[in-house]
Amino acid sequence: MNCTKCKTKAVIDLPRHNAAFCTPCFTTYVQEQVAYAIKHQRMFGPDDRILVAVSGGKDSLALWDILLKRGYKADALYVDLGIPGYSAKSRKKVERFADTVARPHGAALRIHTVQEEEGAGIKELSDLVHRPTCATCGTIKRYQFNKAAVEQEYDVMATGHNLDDEASRLLGNVLHWQDEYLDKQGPTLPASVEGFAKKVKPLYRLSERELAAYAVLNKIDYIVEECPMAKGSKMLLYKEVLNRLETESPGTKHRFYWGFLEKQTQAQPASTSMAEKDQALLHPCKTCGQPTTGEICSYCKMMARARLSSSSARRSS
Amino acid sequence: MKVLLSHPERSVDIKGPKKAREVLRELNLVQEAHLVIRGDELITEDELLKDDDLVEIRPVISGGAQGLVTP
Repeated sequence: MNCTKCKTKAVIDLPRHNAAFCTPCFTTYVQEQVAYAIKHQRMFGPDDRILVAVSGGKDSLALWDILLKRGYKADALYVDLGIPGYSAKSRKKVERFADTVARPHGAALRIHTVQEEEGAGIKELSDLVHRPTCATCGTIKRYQFNKAAVEQEYDVMATGHNLDDEASRLLGNVLHWQDEYLDKQGPTLPASVEGFAKKVKPLYRLSERELAAYAVLNKIDYIVEECPMAKGSKMLLYKEVLNRLETESPGTKHRFYWGFLEKQTQAQPASTSMAEKDQALLHPCKTCGQPTTGEICSYCKMMARARLSSSSARRSS
Repeated sequence: MKVLLSHPERSVDIKGPKKAREVLRELNLVQEAHLVIRGDELITEDELLKDDDLVEIRPVISGGAQGLVTP
């Protein structure tokens, strides 16, 4: 199979675009998709300071790599969750990438260690508050990334969510008719109230397979191993189902998600409606000051429950 | 050929020559969720794999709960 653009030997075929690419043409394709996303979704400009949320996985490291190579000022934050046998490996991958690729571009890596800051690892915390590990992880990461972006005065926070993440999340929300979450499914979420960082997903036009290929071809050393806590998650099931459909009918995933975005834009400008809704609903958490719908935000509630469970366990032992 | 697989890590022997897409089909794996790597080179699905090739089939899917911030 030859490259659709330059006719040399291809290294990857993309059935959804009825195309195949050699390494240089594929890298250009990836860069162009990200450039299109940044421009058309008004994510950030050339002078903005960006905080990239990195995990050691292919998507977030590819995102950091792409942004740095396009000349953006992009630092990164890694949250060390303290997952036995996994966090140490993923942290090493991030630190190695920071040393070899990011620092020469003048970018910095920040690290938040859950064990040090929250007083226990993610598994212990989720046991203490009786919540699934993935839900506890999501609450901590959302809170800490937003906090770091606001406190360190970054203009925007970027995450490595890809087309598969967004399409599977959309499928989950539609299957359960969670229409209250659909507003927040766009690739750009504005800093709607004070205390909320602007959040963007520059990889929403690229599939997981394309990003894994970008990482392999650009020699990005990422953690291939799946997070042991994610086993059996609904998201993985939705992705599997969508990939079966994609294999039978290439383009299904992007038609599903991009079609949703088009309909959302036609219905009303998402950023305006979301900002208005957020301003009506959100106010500062009484404990930490971050925006929340209740009196106390979900992170502070969770941490209060963890402290209570921990102290009653100590008393009874 | 020796084929390395992940989740869990293991290797299987498959008789060649066979195209990469036939190897995926034989292992009941979908193309959209995997990369095929021969040695350290990424290859397309129509590439012919021989008995002395070392092949890695790398899964590309990741992610836990909805709303996870860093996939």
